[in-house]
Amino acid sequence: MSTLIEAKDLNLFYTDFHALKNVNLTIPEKAVTAFIGPSGCGKSTLLRTLNRMNDMIAGTRIEGKLTISGTDIYSQEVDVETLRKKVGMVFQQPNPFPKSIYDNIAYGPRLHGIKSKQKLDEIVETSLKSAALWNEVKDHLKRSALSISGGQQQRLCIARALAVNPDILLMDEATSALDPISTLKIEELVQDLRDKYTIVMVTHNMHQAARVSNQTVFFLNGEVVEYDDTEKLFSNPEDQRTEDYISGRFG
Amino acid sequence: MPNKQETTIDKTNASSNPFKNSRVSILNKIMPILLFLCAIVSVFTTIGIVITLLSETVNFFREIPIFDFLFGTKWSALIEPKQFGILPLLAGTLMITSIAIIVALPIGLASAIYLSEYAPDKVRRIVKPILEVLAGVPTIVYGYFAISIITPIIQFIFPSAGVYNALSAGIAVGIMIIPMICSLSEDAMSAVPRSLRDGAYALGATRFEVALKIVVPAAFSGIVSSAVLAFSRALGETMIVSLAAGSTPTLTFNPLDSIQTMTAYIVQVSLGDIAHGSIEYGSIFAVGMTLFVFTFLLNILAQYISRRFREEY
Repeated sequence: MSTLIEAKDLNLFYTDFHALKNVNLTIPEKAVTAFIGPSGCGKSTLLRTLNRMNDMIAGTRIEGKLTISGTDIYSQEVDVETLRKKVGMVFQQPNPFPKSIYDNIAYGPRLHGIKSKQKLDEIVETSLKSAALWNEVKDHLKRSALSISGGQQQRLCIARALAVNPDILLMDEATSALDPISTLKIEELVQDLRDKYTIVMVTHNMHQAARVSNQTVFFLNGEVVEYDDTEKLFSNPEDQRTEDYISGRFG
Repeated sequence: MPNKQETTIDKTNASSNPFKNSRVSILNKIMPILLFLCAIVSVFTTIGIVITLLSETVNFFREIPIFDFLFGTKWSALIEPKQFGILPLLAGTLMITSIAIIVALPIGLASAIYLSEYAPDKVRRIVKPILEVLAGVPTIVYGYFAISIITPIIQFIFPSAGVYNALSAGIAVGIMIIPMICSLSEDAMSAVPRSLRDGAYALGATRFEVALKIVVPAAFSGIVSSAVLAFSRALGETMIVSLAAGSTPTLTFNPLDSIQTMTAYIVQVSLGDIAHGSIEYGSIFAVGMTLFVFTFLLNILAQYISRRFREEY
């Protein structure tokens, strides 16, 4: 698998707080990479640097290099908006817009200039199918997105992200607000999507990382302690701290 | 021991009832009544106002046919021959209000969007209180401002404009309601959850697109309420128009002319030595009633609009 994302000596500060310390990491293309670690370890922070959502927090400072397909995404030449079109994101809480199911999916494509009704219909259908939601909502696309269940809403948010045709999909603890059955559905969905997208997910749930990811990265206190093939990291970690964490001795 | 406990609970005497407390029971009895009385004051006042308005208005319409009042195009209450057609006053009022809204809505909304979506925290913390102070400036000051600053500028640009003109007063009323629109709309926009904005940003939306397509629609009912409140405020504004718009009830659509609004007419008559019970005296109640009906309908319309377009989040 070839490398898509690479961090070199990446440091991030929230005003005085040193949130990411000398992160060196590669993330492979068309695979699932999971970030694990205890709360406040920097895993969500790193995820949010990948689509520059941290830019909106005042006092954020970044040093080092973060490249996607070889381009430094923090260089002057990069439009944040174009970057975010390529790097989609799904959040911890489902956050559908207070609009219809159809308009939620069509929001992104419309933003990027697609006006043709036929084209939009097509995108809505394929996105909902990719997110395994089409069969459940196809008969009431005009209904409010807030009328469906939390698990469906989260899959709607995934479909919304897919509708702008990203290369990378970031999932920030996307199942932590959901019930076990909805969680399972989303995990299955992630498995289906990894042939076409590079997926980076933050999870609190180690078992989830073990179940769905190809590569796992373990964070502690803003540092990347270790990253490796998921199977290897969980069965035979190199660092003692990783071993302690995955065997449940802390965290 | 268990026996003793049983006997205490069984006692019907209130003073020894362990679940009885005089502070609690008095507060629970008195407070709802007290609060209800306070609430009812405003209800009774409203009813009182409506009854006074109605009875005097009915007296007025015994002498002046309602048709002449509603559709007459001449208003001359104080000069013979007396004519009571409300249209000139209505046109004057609507002209002032329209000018005010045209001035205030874009500026108020744009500044609300700036404050809620663009401004750094520091700027917002300084600007918002200043805006709210602006809302507390007495309207007579705006009246002076209109006459001494806006009118000369208008006369410089349009030499045909009179000393008293609708445009000057309309702009001043507009400036007066900007803080109201801005502040209330900003509140509504700030209340839109961050997660909605994040969702749009994550799709590659710019700040402006997020503001226009996510925040404004989600805050729409609050924005409409602010606009209608400001509209009602402009409709009822008295001091600025009395000072700067003149007192010539003419049916005109030229904003450079001197006009008279309903409120300014009421002031003019109230300040003069009009006999209690005379026809002129009755006319201010009829005009007041018209104003009341207008604001009332406007509020109903606003409620309908904000309910119809509400985006729940």
